[in-house]
Amino acid sequence: MKNNLFQKLASGLLFVAAWASTAAWAVNDLPGGPAVRQLNLQPGATKIAQEQGWLHWFMLIICTVIFVAVFGVMFYSIWKHRKSLGHKPATFHESVKVEIAWTVIPFIIVILMALPATKAVVAQKDTSNADLTIKATGYQWKWGYDYLKGEGEGISFISTLDNEQREMSNNGAKGVDVDDYLLKVDNPLVVPVNRKVRIITTANDVIHAFAVPSLGVKQDAIPGFVRDTWFRAETVGDYHGQCQELCGKEHAYMPIHVKVLSAEDYAAWVAGEQKKMAAKLDDPSKVWTLADITKRGEKVYAANCAACHQPNGKGMGSIKPLDGAAVVLDADKTKQIKVLLNGQNNLAMPSWKQLSDTDIAAVISYTKNNWSNKTGQLVQPADVKAAR
Amino acid sequence: MSAVLDSHGHGHDDHHGAPHGWQRWVFATNHKDIGTLYLLFAFTMLIIGGVLALLIRAELFQPGLQLVNPELFNQFTTMHGLIMVFGAIMPAFVGFANWMIPLQIGASDMAFARMNNFSFWLMIPAAAMLAGSFFMPGGAPAAGWTLYAPLTLQMGPSMDAGIFAMHILGASSIMGSINIIVTILNMRAPGMTLMKMPMFVWTWLITAYLLIAVMPVLAGAITMTLTDRHFGTTFFNPAGGGDPIMYQHIFWFFGHPEVYIMILPAFGIISHIVPAFARKKLFGYASMVYATSSIAILSFIVWAHHMYATGMPVTGQLFFMYATMLISVPTGVKVFNWIATMWKGSMTFETPMLFAVGFIFVFTMGGFTGLILSMAPIDTQVQDTYYVVAHFHYVLVAGSLFAMFAGFYFWCPKWTGVMYNETRGKIHFWWTLISFNVTFFPMHFLGLAGMPRRYADYPMQFADFNMLASIGAFFFGFAQVYFFFFVVLPAMRGHGEKASAKPWEAAEGLEWEVPSPAPFHTFENPPKLDATATRVIG
Repeated sequence: MKNNLFQKLASGLLFVAAWASTAAWAVNDLPGGPAVRQLNLQPGATKIAQEQGWLHWFMLIICTVIFVAVFGVMFYSIWKHRKSLGHKPATFHESVKVEIAWTVIPFIIVILMALPATKAVVAQKDTSNADLTIKATGYQWKWGYDYLKGEGEGISFISTLDNEQREMSNNGAKGVDVDDYLLKVDNPLVVPVNRKVRIITTANDVIHAFAVPSLGVKQDAIPGFVRDTWFRAETVGDYHGQCQELCGKEHAYMPIHVKVLSAEDYAAWVAGEQKKMAAKLDDPSKVWTLADITKRGEKVYAANCAACHQPNGKGMGSIKPLDGAAVVLDADKTKQIKVLLNGQNNLAMPSWKQLSDTDIAAVISYTKNNWSNKTGQLVQPADVKAAR
Repeated sequence: MSAVLDSHGHGHDDHHGAPHGWQRWVFATNHKDIGTLYLLFAFTMLIIGGVLALLIRAELFQPGLQLVNPELFNQFTTMHGLIMVFGAIMPAFVGFANWMIPLQIGASDMAFARMNNFSFWLMIPAAAMLAGSFFMPGGAPAAGWTLYAPLTLQMGPSMDAGIFAMHILGASSIMGSINIIVTILNMRAPGMTLMKMPMFVWTWLITAYLLIAVMPVLAGAITMTLTDRHFGTTFFNPAGGGDPIMYQHIFWFFGHPEVYIMILPAFGIISHIVPAFARKKLFGYASMVYATSSIAILSFIVWAHHMYATGMPVTGQLFFMYATMLISVPTGVKVFNWIATMWKGSMTFETPMLFAVGFIFVFTMGGFTGLILSMAPIDTQVQDTYYVVAHFHYVLVAGSLFAMFAGFYFWCPKWTGVMYNETRGKIHFWWTLISFNVTFFPMHFLGLAGMPRRYADYPMQFADFNMLASIGAFFFGFAQVYFFFFVVLPAMRGHGEKASAKPWEAAEGLEWEVPSPAPFHTFENPPKLDATATRVIG
């Protein structure tokens, strides 16, 4: 009966092995991500990740040695101290010395294990003196990256899973043999090599986790809270991670791709991004039509002015109305431009010079042509620029 | 004749008149009947939770979505966890407690017989509500069994059903615990001092205190979730200034002692089986008691090791890391004690002993991965990956479930009056042990390589180990079906060799002093015990 069972189990396992090998997709190891049938941690690309890998080996070896020693004793006992061998039971059932020994010795071992771990914890938590600070915001289900400080400051983009791969998943991933399946994103997070990069995490909706195994980082991104972690990649390359805190339906579909570039390539990338950003900005020499600029101005007004001057432009209390105001209706448009750029009444009306020329021109055009104000005047960005 | 399904054999000398038919079960106040109900209920939930697990494994058999959409997948993982923890493991141990504690301490029944009935029957509507949440609009809760806010705030109405079900299950657990504590402290036979109590009774006494301490904490956490969802509070909702991490602190303050609630009674069962089959007294009884107590106390100060990734201050991480590592010391003492009990014994390996040795061996692997996980820097790599999944299935399946199988085979003759079929028991053991390891061992590799848990789909590189795990899982599942139909049912029907009062040569304890099957009423008058409190002498 027993033999029969073992044969069945053995044949079952062989069947599995055969199946696994024939059904294997033609997939390769992914550098900076998982390898096929990988058995251990991903190779570390940062000191911290290497330290974690070392600690894991250190623990694994100690635990294996203890395991083999303890269960060697148990299996020896199972082998030798059997009734079927005629072994007579001993009668001892306590020994204070032995019991103290096997309480104290594990305690000492545990302390020895804690020493290198403590060092690593302290190193991991030290996020000070970063060369580059990037905010990673978890959204359901994508990542937003804002370069807050350091080279590339101001760059900001959203990173989502490649749409084709999401489709592949829905279709059962049949015949798919891409190495970065579920790990490919539209806009990778780009960072320079050998620089301390501090990642500030937060989230927009639920808890996510920013995790890149080969960089040795995992930090929950918590809505309403800010947390941080850091890494300093030592080699140029692509490193892959995934969200690691259950965040709803598409949890498996918000990967993280960190692209580590050399200092020159990074500088070039930053320059490229900044050019793109500049291109997105308004051209201050553009000549607007009245309809377009008042439409734009309505938004600027709602965002900046309506809180005091009210949506109906009538002001409130000490806040002056704009509807029918002399300075708004004045044929000399530079008067109103000056008020916006410099403020008025000891800055009870503050200066808005941080707004772009286009925004200021738009909001002035809007106020001059809204409510009962029907001046038909159009302020162009160039007028604002000239008044600055 | 079996005490489980039939009480005719001893109905005559029983003046209370054991009720028959459905009334015997619905109005049950007898600890043995209620124990049976608990065990059958727990097994049913084990099968439901198991089917969910197999659905998960079927989806993960290959990369890509084949069977379910990710939303349903999340419902499966959530409900698998909730059902196994609250529906299977906890009630099963309460079932063991009901059956064995009065028998082991020489009491006539549990202290509060009617409350005992109530705490069992409360579980039925709760379980129906929990499992039935799949049929509610939007499906079952899908926020993971840990029910982290603010994801729970996005869930549909089934979340409220789930919360309500857990409240009821919690109330049931608390009543069960009060019953167990009062029974143990007040109803021991004269002469059985605390330090002469059987280990299973000791471990359950400590477990019951843990339950009373932490179930209200869980109730608080999920009640706050409920009011956040419906009454405009913002305990955990960051949009109103709430703190999602606070939820995790409260949950794990419950959750970590909960882990020990699920393993301490297992330690107790193993501490009976190893001496019985080594034909040698348990080594270090007193240190076993102290180790169990230390584990229970330490379990209250380690909760945040589940939360290293939330970004605690460095001192917080270090404190919880040290405290967690410390738990390995008393746990180690227990393992050493079991092995010392086996050392120079005269061992035989019937199924209970096989499961007990299997427990010690495989549970210890789970213990070591726990020690590895306790190291915050390594946890940075493996937190929320399959490594954690492997770890807690090694301690909850190879730990709690194996111990319950061991306990079933050990006490089944006492419950049913017949011996189980030894060959079938051995088949069940080897089948379970091998398929368990085929299922869960590869998950260590997956986790180390970085595969996150609760993923409906995964990169291609993880495909082979997932396939292997899925195949193992199906073998494991079928082993339990085999167990029920070929071991449990025949024994419950009374098929098999008649068991003597003490079928195990060297088993010790008062439960072996009463006939097999245990009569409907036992120890109606307090027995007179010998000096070791293990034999009745009049």
